[in-house]
Amino acid sequence: MKAYTSFAHLQRDLAEGSVNCIQLVEHYLDRIEAHASLNAFLEVYAVEARQRAQEVDAKIKAGNGGRLAGMVIGLKDNICYQGHRLTAASKILGEFESLFSATAVERLLAEDAIIIGRLNCDEFAMGSSNENSAFGPVLNAQDTGKVPGGSSGGSAVAVQAQLCFASLGSDTGGSIRQPASFCGVVGLKPTYGRVSRHGLIAYASSFDQIGPFTHQPEDAALLLEIMAGADAYDSTAALQPVAPYTAQLKEQGPKKVAYLKNALEQPGLDQEVKERTLQTLDRLKAEGYEVTGVDFPYIDYVVPTYFVLSTAEASSNLSRYDGVHYGFRSEDASDIPSTYINTRTEGFGKEVKRRIMLGTFVLSAGYYDAYYSKAQKVRRLIRDFTLEVLQDHDFMVLPTTPHSAFELNANAQDPIAMYLEDIFTVQANLAGVPAVSVPMGNDRHDMPLGLQVLARPFEEGPMLGFSSYLMNNIFSQS
Amino acid sequence: MKVDDKLVDHLSHLARLRFEDSAREDIKTDLGRILDFVEKLSELDTDDVQPLIYMTEAENVVREDQSQLTVTKEEALKNAPVKDSDYFKVPKVINK
Repeated sequence: MKAYTSFAHLQRDLAEGSVNCIQLVEHYLDRIEAHASLNAFLEVYAVEARQRAQEVDAKIKAGNGGRLAGMVIGLKDNICYQGHRLTAASKILGEFESLFSATAVERLLAEDAIIIGRLNCDEFAMGSSNENSAFGPVLNAQDTGKVPGGSSGGSAVAVQAQLCFASLGSDTGGSIRQPASFCGVVGLKPTYGRVSRHGLIAYASSFDQIGPFTHQPEDAALLLEIMAGADAYDSTAALQPVAPYTAQLKEQGPKKVAYLKNALEQPGLDQEVKERTLQTLDRLKAEGYEVTGVDFPYIDYVVPTYFVLSTAEASSNLSRYDGVHYGFRSEDASDIPSTYINTRTEGFGKEVKRRIMLGTFVLSAGYYDAYYSKAQKVRRLIRDFTLEVLQDHDFMVLPTTPHSAFELNANAQDPIAMYLEDIFTVQANLAGVPAVSVPMGNDRHDMPLGLQVLARPFEEGPMLGFSSYLMNNIFSQS
Repeated sequence: MKVDDKLVDHLSHLARLRFEDSAREDIKTDLGRILDFVEKLSELDTDDVQPLIYMTEAENVVREDQSQLTVTKEEALKNAPVKDSDYFKVPKVINK
């Protein structure tokens, strides 16, 4: 079996009949089994995927296959798929089974995607290394001593190791882009509200977005085009018409690109990451792009702002896990307080409890103004600055991560070091703008590095077109 | 910021969590360090800045108020850890 990394190629072969969906599904099932030690999949829907492959093959033969006919997709374990288990990689959901499918998943299925399983992640999407899963860490397929990044680590590794064609993840502070960077794949966080959050387990509702992992920006555009759009079940889903992203991928001549000068002076930024970023900017200049360095006055404030706001929202969102309605209840539940307290204390992992406590603190009487309101004000400063720069420039470019994937357990004892892994990714979530991580080759440790591109709200099409240009014309020269 | 037992007791009560022994020591240390870290926000002058609360431009997204059966009783009870045919069951609340 050919290793398909472009859906256009795969579709051509499917149309010619040189490959069919059954063969594809068998191929991925074999690879999933062979790479089980990566711990990317929490559950594989083998029987169902085979069944569906047959149905889709029949449709393709009859000439009425959907736009995703033949695409085999894995779902992060925080995205609902009707009749299937869902745990957010937490013990607290027990044997929970989704009553409905997320809107994003419904739309993929309507175009004949084949869902092959659910993917490991950090518990409730809280983490930057995928070491916070109740079901064990996910390993980076490039070097199994290293983390895949998080929180959508399983989704990144599944695409990296070609255990499925594409996957969905969720991005609250970098949870798609950071693992995409560590695993050498394309990871897209759409504009806030572009994809419905209906059926996504809530972490921080003013940040969360569903997005795809793929090998090519073209396929990210295709998946976004299908998933995006207004939804009666999510009143925060944007009402703007969905742009024809797949028709916007041709780079229309040199544009204006901004980079954040002081981001490249951050302590902890790997020298090679800095050099690669500067080289890319130089090449863009040589190609006629107008490249401008700007100083981002709030760079040291993005992670603190993100942590105050996201934990506040998390403490509220996770109050629903009470031992009564979902999944797990402690065996030591003898009255109401012990039902709540013992279930939550036993059911949540350490990082989740840490964030609930911080969120509870910043929302509590006496601290609300100094922390929560304050962070909302700083969020406005960061959002306004970001939009202002993007007013004058088509794209903003910065590294996705300060360095390539780190060793397992490297940050385990230091939550703040782990939080700072998100320093380059949280800005897009705080501002609500779209961002993508594009693989820019491996570093001296032979580990993947990613370059991040940010764009104006709802301009995912041009952003992905520029990403494609970077991959095919700029990085390929190195 | 110093996080003492009193604050941990208060917050863990609000959050319906419990921290004992080494978990208690850990959360005191971790919360203290995280609060020192986010304290950085106080450096910024935000006197004339309005808090950013909503991330979308949309206002008053409404729909017709029509009754719809989206989840049946059986479905709603399906994931409950303890239930009977009609209700979520919880431990006894009032003892005689």
